[in-house]
Amino acid sequence: MSSVNEKVVYMDNNATTMIAPEVVDAMMPYLTNLYGNPSSMHTFGGQVGQVVSEARKKVADILGADPEEITFTSCGTESDSTAILSALRTFPEKRHVVTTRVEHPAVKSLCDNLETLTGHKYRVTRLKVDGEGMIDMAEYEAALMDDTAIVSVMWANNETGNIYPVEKMAAMAKERGIFFHTDAVQAVGKIPINLKTLDIDFLSLSGHKIHAPKGVGVLYIKRGTLFVPFLTGGHQEHGRRGGTENVASIVGLGRACELASEKMEEENTRVKQLRDKLEEGLLSGISKSRLNGHKTTRLPNTSNISFEFVEGEAILLHMNRHKICASSGSACTSGSLEPSHVLRAMGVPFTAAHGSIRFSLSVYNSEEEVDYIIEKMPAIIELLRKMSPFWQGN
Amino acid sequence: MWEYTDKVQQHFLNPQNVGEVENASGTGDVGSLACGDALKLTLKVDENDIITEAKFKTFGCASAIASSSVLTEMVIGMSIDQAANISNEDIADALGGLPKEKMHCSVMGREALEAAIADYRGLILPMAAGEVVCECFGVTDLEVIRAINESSLRSIEEITNFTKAGGGCGKCEDKLRDILRETVGGKSEIVSPGTKPKKMTALQKIKKIEEVLEREVRPGLKKDGGDIELIDVDGDFITVSLRGACKSCKKSQTTIKEYVERKLRELVLDSLIVEEEN
Repeated sequence: MSSVNEKVVYMDNNATTMIAPEVVDAMMPYLTNLYGNPSSMHTFGGQVGQVVSEARKKVADILGADPEEITFTSCGTESDSTAILSALRTFPEKRHVVTTRVEHPAVKSLCDNLETLTGHKYRVTRLKVDGEGMIDMAEYEAALMDDTAIVSVMWANNETGNIYPVEKMAAMAKERGIFFHTDAVQAVGKIPINLKTLDIDFLSLSGHKIHAPKGVGVLYIKRGTLFVPFLTGGHQEHGRRGGTENVASIVGLGRACELASEKMEEENTRVKQLRDKLEEGLLSGISKSRLNGHKTTRLPNTSNISFEFVEGEAILLHMNRHKICASSGSACTSGSLEPSHVLRAMGVPFTAAHGSIRFSLSVYNSEEEVDYIIEKMPAIIELLRKMSPFWQGN
Repeated sequence: MWEYTDKVQQHFLNPQNVGEVENASGTGDVGSLACGDALKLTLKVDENDIITEAKFKTFGCASAIASSSVLTEMVIGMSIDQAANISNEDIADALGGLPKEKMHCSVMGREALEAAIADYRGLILPMAAGEVVCECFGVTDLEVIRAINESSLRSIEEITNFTKAGGGCGKCEDKLRDILRETVGGKSEIVSPGTKPKKMTALQKIKKIEEVLEREVRPGLKKDGGDIELIDVDGDFITVSLRGACKSCKKSQTTIKEYVERKLRELVLDSLIVEEEN
């Protein structure tokens, strides 16, 4: 156990991930000698343009897309904004957007702003979720209107790991002539994706969730989809996104996509088993604990567990003392005064929402680490419960 | 990640006086599960009105636990009257400060202490009698007014940091703004630095203009080999003359409007109009 104790036990991979050593190696030449501009006419820059193309191909491969459908951006948030705003500019007469109540702030805040900052020029329908965080397809069907410009539904939820039926939802949107966007930041690399056979028009992904660096993202734009750029400027990215390419990070992202494809099997077997062991260990070892999210329709790496009658920030800080890294949906960790909008949308009671902890694993986690957490957590929860005025014992 | 002082961390990791006093002389129960933090403070008071024992049970974040713990340390040995004078700022100070978003944790400590003292004295707290302004966190107008007065709050954001009011759905913001205006307005005007007095005599105005030209404008012009002279002040119309290199400069009009006029408006009176002598 001492070997674990010396280093950090990182189970916060839905927040960000370690840059894979292979990714760092792939990037290094472009952070040092090969600094040319891919748009230059000379070979020195031109050769860099070549590696950007290769990276584009690698990203396309993991999505089952064509390279020309891939546009590099600065992050997932930029990709989300670009897709949704493009649809609204393409169809200025359409004033309606459909999304869910459990989206990441990248989409949620944009949709909120579309209503409030435009003086309610746009209407937004936010689909409800049930206690397990799943949406009702009948409600979705009824939400699609003649003036709906775009549907934006995340492929997988960052807090619970829930997977949404975006394939079917996209097909339903297409029938109505409505654009479909999915924030797949958490899904890419963890579940197989083949866009060629799907009706998804836009998809966002982010480098730093799949062991590439922060500051690089992708927007997939299906071939033939009408598109209005968000960031205008130079002719980079075929005129779809101005700004000199973040070459090193793009190369890193390409390499990360290759690795993710290679390790997807492991993610869904070994990592999933570790997650299940952790989850079962905590739920059985700690009374009044509950799982938030869907038991099966879920990413293989995520487990969101509530420990009732204690508060998440206090739990995290005690875990921090044991060098265990995770996240919480409690109010106090965010600086806001209310717990996570995702858990509230699911109707998780306050007793549990404030004490929710999200563990998110990666291929770099070991069974030893899982055992270590299962060993440490009960004492932390017991300590805090002893202090809680609401805790009446088991 | 919050930046907590060593003292906060110390009290969080090794909280003092956790539990409930048996046969407590006074109990203060504040907060709720829904609000995300709650504190039950129990006191033992001897026949001389001295607090001999204090214990807490807290549901909440690190700063809520630390505030509760340090509060029990502070009050043990105090008379009830002394304890009644403890403010939330005293609690925060004892912890070496709290992040501003966490000040409500110290307020919760003070509220629990007050409730426990009132319980001991057999009184009913006046604060709860107010009208609820923030329904998300059940905060009354009296509590908001008190926080504004005690901690010199000057914005909605500060009110939220101290009382939580307005931190939920945000529907009560207008009400909070009204309360803030009424509470602060009664005592003194909210003066922002750099506000210029409205009325000036002609002499005051000329003196002030001279000063600003000398201090703020001239040095810049001199660097470029130019200079400026005040010719006339007629109401809000100021006539100046550019000298040296500035005189023949093609951009003299820009200098006057963008630089001289802007400076004078900023520092003397925002209605001034500056013109160049023909």
